[in-house]
Amino acid sequence: MTEEIIIAGFGGQGVLSMGKILAYSGIMQGQEVSWMPSYGPEMRGGTANVTVILSDERISSPILTKFDTAIILNQQSLDKFEKAVKPGGILLYDPNGITRHPERDDINIYKIDASHVASELGNPKVYNMVVLGAYLKVNPIVSMDNVKEGLKKSLPERYHHLLPLNESAIEEGTKHVEVVREIK
Amino acid sequence: MGELRLMKGNEAFAEALIRAGADGYFGYPITPQSEVIEYLMAEKPHERTGMVVLQAESELASINMLYGGAGAGKKVATSSSSPGISLMLEGISYMAGAELPCVILNVQRGGPGLGTIQPSQSDYFQATKGGGHGDYRLLVLAPASVQEMSDFVPLAFDLAFKYRNPVMILSDGVIGQMMEKVELFDPIPRWTDEEVIEKNGDWATVGKRPGRERNIITSLDLDPYSMERHNHDLFAKYKKMEEEEVRWEELNTEDAEYFIVAYGSASRISQKAIDLARAEGIKVGLIRPITLYPFPYKVLQEKVQKGAKGFLTVELNMGQMIEDVQLAVKDNAKVEFFGHVGGVIPTPEEVVEALKTKIIGG
Amino acid sequence: MELTADKIKELVVKPENKVYAKTPLLTDKTLSYCPGCGHGVAHRILMELVEEMGLENDTIGIAPVGCSVLAYEFMNVDMQEAAHGRAPALATAIKRLWPGKFVFTYQGDGDLAAIGGNETLHACNRGENITIIFINNGIYGMTGGQMAPTTLPGMRTSTSPYGRDTHMMGNPLKMTEIVAMLPGTYFVTRQAVHTAKHARKAKKAIKKAIEVQLEGKGTSFVEIVSNCNSGWKMTPVKANQWLEENMLDYYHLGDIKVDGKLVKEIV
Repeated sequence: MTEEIIIAGFGGQGVLSMGKILAYSGIMQGQEVSWMPSYGPEMRGGTANVTVILSDERISSPILTKFDTAIILNQQSLDKFEKAVKPGGILLYDPNGITRHPERDDINIYKIDASHVASELGNPKVYNMVVLGAYLKVNPIVSMDNVKEGLKKSLPERYHHLLPLNESAIEEGTKHVEVVREIK
Repeated sequence: MGELRLMKGNEAFAEALIRAGADGYFGYPITPQSEVIEYLMAEKPHERTGMVVLQAESELASINMLYGGAGAGKKVATSSSSPGISLMLEGISYMAGAELPCVILNVQRGGPGLGTIQPSQSDYFQATKGGGHGDYRLLVLAPASVQEMSDFVPLAFDLAFKYRNPVMILSDGVIGQMMEKVELFDPIPRWTDEEVIEKNGDWATVGKRPGRERNIITSLDLDPYSMERHNHDLFAKYKKMEEEEVRWEELNTEDAEYFIVAYGSASRISQKAIDLARAEGIKVGLIRPITLYPFPYKVLQEKVQKGAKGFLTVELNMGQMIEDVQLAVKDNAKVEFFGHVGGVIPTPEEVVEALKTKIIGG
Repeated sequence: MELTADKIKELVVKPENKVYAKTPLLTDKTLSYCPGCGHGVAHRILMELVEEMGLENDTIGIAPVGCSVLAYEFMNVDMQEAAHGRAPALATAIKRLWPGKFVFTYQGDGDLAAIGGNETLHACNRGENITIIFINNGIYGMTGGQMAPTTLPGMRTSTSPYGRDTHMMGNPLKMTEIVAMLPGTYFVTRQAVHTAKHARKAKKAIKKAIEVQLEGKGTSFVEIVSNCNSGWKMTPVKANQWLEENMLDYYHLGDIKVDGKLVKEIV
């Protein structure tokens, strides 16, 4: 099994750390992983993206042009990466601020209103965990136990008191993801 | 099995320095490798192993701190990215001349000039053909994964002290910035001062010892004949490296008719390209030089002798390593280049296309 | 008895008549410096102190690029030869990696104040526990008498053939006063070695500088205002006179910072 994922949005949305937790979860279940971010000044307030690959085999290129999954959190990223999803692949997006919605009919499209769910939980910072939960609901590539382990590994110990909050955000994400279009 | 962690290449290098028993790291921040010194400062290696970490005032100072530390027999390292390495070249030349061991990491970015902070492999010539003034060579290791960013550190120190020569780890922004699973090796204790004196006291300035003359670290020799002899001695050493230290990796080469030659991040992209090409029935394999100097000329020559039909070098530059591939292959098979520069990364699909048009159909 | 040279030698050269001997920490190699140059005295003072203070096996010295590039040929201790201006960077690493050693740099004005200005400032600012010996003769000796950052106004050199024009070429740089203002320096002084009296004072100052390092107090910095009779195109005697009348008028002798405190108003 190899899953090639792009996560893209604004800097500050937690794109990179979501990717990191996903990658750590892969390690927890014995997989090879890679996490390749865009880097540099464009991240500071601009767009950020990270390519995450989980595989049972040695990973070749950490940089890709086609993805099994695109997790998209702003319009620019949607414009850029909708076409990069492989036919039959998954596009998960946050509809907030999106004026041109995804149009492809050969991929599976889901949406999650993550900022709403996060503010319901009382902490907008867990936004990315809501998105992660939504993704794992539609594509359970890692088990929830391993995600919890991955979360623990990637959070510095001084933030471990926030683990339950993050876990419940993932949980809420799984509940609120909506199907836009599924191809069978 | 060692400890498993998810780390950036830059962080893995930094952690490996501590574990390899390095005595000192001296560096100056520059993107895309500043995580090295940030990681080291956060880790407090002076508490873990007694290792010294210092943010120098410039790359000039960093490399000359290495000169001082290495000249005093200690295991020292620095890291930088392309423009910073250019600044270090004076000191690197002096260290090669004075035969001082050290480890230098270059996380390459695009140039020339201030260029870009995005990944590149444009410093191949600089790293493998000398770079600074005078006739000299660095031993150059090219990691292609975060794991190798860690594993090559103790190897680089071993080689540096074995040959008393600077060793460069030539990486790039992709390998430095990406995170992968890395299995950390068990810590190697730092040499005690007594061990430093025992191992290096016959040449290093560790303070005069009763029973020996003073030690002098210098690259200066005003007598032309003596200086010529020194150059010949250096090249005898480089020849020994060429005989004993060539390292490379082959993937899918058993039945290959065509070969992609690529190192570092370009080799990873090429690996994917090979998967795609093989799915189309093209018999192509990867030769990945691990030591860029000494270069695996013989490996390529053997492929030619076995009937290789063509070689495509894939690099994140305008075509530099291709000159070494041409030196090996000569006119006996087709040699072509494909690459991107300026931080643009070649895609696996483009590599397959280049293979088809430039090598197979060309 | 006829007093031949051999006979005199036989009568006089006896251990009990010996009043001076060259320290064994100076090699027997003939100095490459011009007759009358201050380097020879400065070398001797430094090496005598290393011997007298019992530091022979615990000293690591650093030679610069300039006239004293070959200092390691004459100083009989473990030595490194640095790239031009970088001696304080070498010393920084050596001292941090061998904190128990006495580590010194020996640098000229071009090396320390021009090309190596940054390394000097930052090593002093970090308070590296090293000793910097700075020989200032206001000219580039080795390369043939070009202008130094410390060349006096109006002074003729091969690159200021009509005299240093301060509007065009800037003013002489008082590095010693500059480093004295940095919190990292603990002992900063300016000395000379062109007379026996000055040499004795300079020796006391360098001794203090070494003690400061051994006590781990921070950077100790000793400037020695020196001469360059060949670069200045004068006889050695005339050069020393010129030094007294001109160099010392601009570069005032004496301690500038003692025990971490400025003892002189810096103007």
